[in-house]
Amino acid sequence: MDKNRFFFEHYGLTERDLERYLAAALSAGGEYADLYFEYLSSTSLMVDESMVKSASQGISAGCGIRVIAGERTGYAYTDDLSPERILHAARTAALIASGPAKTPTIGFQKRPARSLYPVTLPSVDAEITAKVELVMRADQAARAYDPRIKEVRASYADELRNILIVGSDGTFAEDSQPLARMNVGCIAKTDGNSARGSAGGGGRVALDFFFGEKTPEYFAKESARQAILQLDAREAPAGEMEVVLGPGWPGVLLHEAVGHGLEADFNRKQTSAFAGLVGKRVASEKCTVVDNGTMPWRRGSLNVDDEGQPTQSTVLIEKGVLKGYLSDKLSAKLMGISDTGNGRRESYEHIPMPRMTNTYMLAGQDDPHDIVRSVKRGVYAVNFGGGQVDITNGKFVFSASEAYLIEDGRITAPIKGATLIGNGPDVLTRVSMVGNDLKLDEGVGTCGKDGQAVPVGVGIPTLKVDRLTVGGTAKKDTGGFMQ
Amino acid sequence: MHSTELEAQDSKLRTDLRDLAQDIVRRAMNRGATASECVIRDGDEFSTLVRLGQVETLKESGSKAIGVRVFNGKRAASTYSSDFSRESLDRMLTSALDLSRITSEDPYAGIPEPEQLGSIGGDLDLYSADVYSLPGQERIAYARRAEKAALDYDPRIKNSEGGSFDAATGHKILANSHGFVGEYRRSYCSVAAVPIAQSENGAMQRDYWFSVARSLIRLESPEHVGKVAAQRTLRRLGAKKVKTAHVPVVFDPLLATSILEHIFEGVNGDSVYRGASFLAGKLGQKIASQNVTVIDDGTMPGGFGTAPFDGEGIPTRRTLVIENGVLKSYVLNTYTAKKLGLQTTANASRGLAGTPGIGPGNYFLQPGTKTPQQIIGEIKEGLYVTEFLGHGANLVTGDYSRGASGLWIYGGELAFPVEEITVAGNLKDMFLNISEIANDLEFRGAVASPTVRIDDLTVGGE
Repeated sequence: MDKNRFFFEHYGLTERDLERYLAAALSAGGEYADLYFEYLSSTSLMVDESMVKSASQGISAGCGIRVIAGERTGYAYTDDLSPERILHAARTAALIASGPAKTPTIGFQKRPARSLYPVTLPSVDAEITAKVELVMRADQAARAYDPRIKEVRASYADELRNILIVGSDGTFAEDSQPLARMNVGCIAKTDGNSARGSAGGGGRVALDFFFGEKTPEYFAKESARQAILQLDAREAPAGEMEVVLGPGWPGVLLHEAVGHGLEADFNRKQTSAFAGLVGKRVASEKCTVVDNGTMPWRRGSLNVDDEGQPTQSTVLIEKGVLKGYLSDKLSAKLMGISDTGNGRRESYEHIPMPRMTNTYMLAGQDDPHDIVRSVKRGVYAVNFGGGQVDITNGKFVFSASEAYLIEDGRITAPIKGATLIGNGPDVLTRVSMVGNDLKLDEGVGTCGKDGQAVPVGVGIPTLKVDRLTVGGTAKKDTGGFMQ
Repeated sequence: MHSTELEAQDSKLRTDLRDLAQDIVRRAMNRGATASECVIRDGDEFSTLVRLGQVETLKESGSKAIGVRVFNGKRAASTYSSDFSRESLDRMLTSALDLSRITSEDPYAGIPEPEQLGSIGGDLDLYSADVYSLPGQERIAYARRAEKAALDYDPRIKNSEGGSFDAATGHKILANSHGFVGEYRRSYCSVAAVPIAQSENGAMQRDYWFSVARSLIRLESPEHVGKVAAQRTLRRLGAKKVKTAHVPVVFDPLLATSILEHIFEGVNGDSVYRGASFLAGKLGQKIASQNVTVIDDGTMPGGFGTAPFDGEGIPTRRTLVIENGVLKSYVLNTYTAKKLGLQTTANASRGLAGTPGIGPGNYFLQPGTKTPQQIIGEIKEGLYVTEFLGHGANLVTGDYSRGASGLWIYGGELAFPVEEITVAGNLKDMFLNISEIANDLEFRGAVASPTVRIDDLTVGGE
């Protein structure tokens, strides 16, 4: 597949040029230098009030140059891919080091590439009229769901990111990474009452995904269903209680509670609440958590990470015991651990760092119905908005957007959105049941760290957490649990 | 170094970019657009992070990008590019014109009327070349000094995510087919420290502090920043959970800005015309307590939210949003103003692509007269919240629930640190329950608030 010769064909780059740029980057010494070329094309469309009010397309291209000297990183980038500007950026990045010039390895090692998202026609190149059809169909389906759906916004966005990464150690990787996503937001209104719903999904897929596997109608109905349901939501309870998480997107729990805390940079610097806990028990025996960048078509997947390293499936927690961290080149070298292929960056303007890909918990033995039946009074949360974590003290939150009360083992009334808060290093020790129904999210996740956004995936089977703080508003005397 | 040579290139580039923006508009019109608008952004950045005394990262670069919005009657589309080659710009124009054939006719679409366009005059004090005046080693020294001040402050500060110094300049050009062309430059620099404290049982806490300014001479000293960062971190040590309670909550100034942002989101014309906000239709009504007056002012010299014109080329202005609790004005751009039958408030924000959004100028809550200490002193039991986690605010319903940490107020004093709690309520009530506003308004960004007290919130804990 020579779609990967992109930069050589479009910019007339030669391997000789690449060697020259790397030599400039190492002109003041340093152990390692790499170049990250990126050419990103994107499309987006939005329908609002049943009109396609905006459509846009764009191109963003550039090259980022990194020089590593010990624990120090020098970085410079340019959006002008002429040899003069790249050399200038290389010399700027080189300022981090101060020693005699190093010579990069001559000749690049090209490995056979994996192909996790083999689209024949990237969606960015597909007919725009087909994308218009998608958002219009979503709008119609959401409105048709229920007359109380009064406002609908449906959007479609796709991109194709062509990258080339070369390193002074002979690293050479190219990839062409498609990404597409639909989103439908609804507002339901009755006299004096309003509520919102939201649903979406996608992945590293071609446009036909939205005409077959997951249609605009699928997302529209889901969004409208949530909005209508929320019209009747009661106040959420407040305080510690048993919480059952539904399968799929509630896996954001893992992303916040343990995922970030296991990124190697925080552990190298000993700033994570998980620092020094490898080999220790951090979860109940029923919990095995992996980060897997190799799942076909998934939003969080990559053939190679943004440092040219093939992605892999990494066990983070095995039967409750912490196994290891997610690393990039720098942390792997400094910590003497292997590179797990988790070095990612938002764009050529950014320095790579350890990031998650698709993070999920393996399925357990419990029947999801039994899990709900085992709860006397608690909350069943099935959809979430997002979450956040403080790496250092381990406290994390995630915000439920669709949740219900569980009373005497039965799911009863829907409750208003509430934030759930817990402590990362011990929340999984309170997981007492793990369902046999592992599901991954629909492909909507974007993770932010140090101002860099990257697409990710999450997943869990149905889980029971024995104790978690629910941030509702219900007063005890009038609250959610009153019959 | 290379500074003189690059500056000479820069000023040539500036003239060229202004011409280029006008040329793109002209070419779009020649190729059949009925109206068009071009935006160019050009900027550079420097950042350094020092950790435990050693330089960890050093980053220096510049970039630029161009975007065009075209109208085909009442149909709009936009495209952008970071590649300024002739072919790329041609392709950008062609795609924009093609896209404008597939979007819907929207009777309210369009650029502002010619008589609305313009810039406010005078020196807005937005740009100071001194943000780049420090030699490389001194920039690193700024970062190092901030971190060192934090590390030296107390032996319990045992680790650090580092000290940093950042500088950036940005240049924005806007041109449209009514003949408007305007440009401005803005500069920015900041110094920050993120220390980590550890208590005897090994539990760690992290916090931060920073100073940001448009000019280096207005930046607070790195030593001051490091010291405040250390104090903010130390006071979190030994934090515990509390029992679920209904108490008054005092929001520190940085967190009180989030309440102001919720108001902004609620009176944003885009949410208003769609009925996606509980404040839609509340013009002239009481939506907050009597002591609340909120202003958006895009004209304040030196402000972080100041510009001579908004994202559509309309002169910025001062807008009274809430006066003594009564909603006086929504915040609007041209499109949402037309939809609501109102006048724009010059709050259009313009990215490279898409339709203009709505963003704040310098947007703030008028300060009161009490000190934060007086306000805390009047509370028997309550929460002083200093950090939020997560984004649990729903403007459609007003439902509000966020993760939090801070200090527990007992007998009018900050008694002990608390964490792993939630703060919940409904924004409708919260705006009306703002019972106190302190006198400590200070701008650390475009949105600023003094300390505020809000009564009767649910603090969720054990």
